[in-house]
Amino acid sequence: MRNLIFFIYRYHVFFIFFVLEIVAFIILFRFNNYQKASFLNYTNGVAGNFYNGVSNTQEYFNLRRVNDSLQLENARLRSQQITSYYQNNVSISSINDTVYKQQYDYISAQVVNNSVTKRNNYITLNRGRLHGIEREMGVISENGIVGIVMNVSDHYSTVLSLLNSNCKISAKLQKTGAFGSLVWDGGDPRYARLLDVNKHVPIKVGDLVITSNFSTIFPEGLPIGKISDNSLDAGDNFHTINIDLFTDFSTVSTVYVIRNLFKQEQQALEQTLPTDKK
Amino acid sequence: MILELLTYLLKFIGIILLQVLVVDNVELSSYINPYIYISFILLLPITIKPWHALFLAFICGAFVDALSSTPGLHIAASVLLAFVRIHYLRFATTKEDTESRITPSMSKKGIVWFVFYCFSMTLVHHTFLFFLEIYGFYEFFSTLLRIILSTLVTVMMIVVGQLLFYNTKISNG
Repeated sequence: MRNLIFFIYRYHVFFIFFVLEIVAFIILFRFNNYQKASFLNYTNGVAGNFYNGVSNTQEYFNLRRVNDSLQLENARLRSQQITSYYQNNVSISSINDTVYKQQYDYISAQVVNNSVTKRNNYITLNRGRLHGIEREMGVISENGIVGIVMNVSDHYSTVLSLLNSNCKISAKLQKTGAFGSLVWDGGDPRYARLLDVNKHVPIKVGDLVITSNFSTIFPEGLPIGKISDNSLDAGDNFHTINIDLFTDFSTVSTVYVIRNLFKQEQQALEQTLPTDKK
Repeated sequence: MILELLTYLLKFIGIILLQVLVVDNVELSSYINPYIYISFILLLPITIKPWHALFLAFICGAFVDALSSTPGLHIAASVLLAFVRIHYLRFATTKEDTESRITPSMSKKGIVWFVFYCFSMTLVHHTFLFFLEIYGFYEFFSTLLRIILSTLVTVMMIVVGQLLFYNTKISNG
């Protein structure tokens, strides 16, 4: 026993090092496995408050650009207003719409922290649980998709940016409907890569890439980007497609979080399916 | 003693704010992510108790982690850095250094010693950090490029910081 204590005392630096590294790895893996860690939400709130202060200051420098994009959006919405359409039908009857039922809600939020140059990038938003945001909701900007909500505190949420090695989004080509998964390979933040598109699918530069209907996170048909170039190595079964992303991640400031009202229903149904995992 | 603690506390806050508010927002390239907050760990006094250094590195990493939403990543890397630093300094310092309780800075040990110390420590930290971040070796060469470029930029920033803030001391000694 004395020898053991002596041994521990002699190498106490190494043991402390070892214990601290284990603590660090536990924190790291909890987070990577998407498990709920309450202290994570806490730091999320603190860091969110901190970045909110920073972003309040920075917002002044972006006002002009934000104004421009809002004006554009206003103009687009105004053109869709009922008053800007010519009334073509004569008999007007009000019907209780049972054909269309709303499936997606949009919650607007401001980006308070963002990065684009790291290998794994994250975004912090100034809306949280109190505003109806939950984990694994989709996030889009006015141009295209941005990422997936990862952690939520009362007033803030962190988003797994599309520019992250852990982010995989199901996408398809608009023309052919061929599916693939969208990943970012860590280079230029303006381009991403579409994998797993079979080689028999014809690919044309400039084709539109949109979200697929496979996920409960994004509605089908949201624009992601357009094909900038593609290559097919001999003997390879899949295209390597580079995509020019519509969202400019380095300037994104106003985003919308998508709430799927049918998500629980779909997931509850899918959970009843028999699985092979034993 | 209190004064010394207070200076270190201020340094700590200053360097973390500098990291997350300025350096993290400089978008040079996706291959250049300098992490200058490690200079806080690098510039701790030589005579600091090893376990103090380890815990300080842990706290330092935790703060950076909390502010960049990467829990555990920077903690793991900076604790490793503090551990390697203890062993590096055991070989790279003389008895006089230990007796006069210096910090391993450029003004005390000279530019060549400091740059080499800084470079090797930063390389250890960045290698561990970037491979842990991508978690695997499947993007080996792009990660390697990222490590080398980031290390060079980090070392450059720390050396320039030393020249700026400790300039008078160099001319005196």
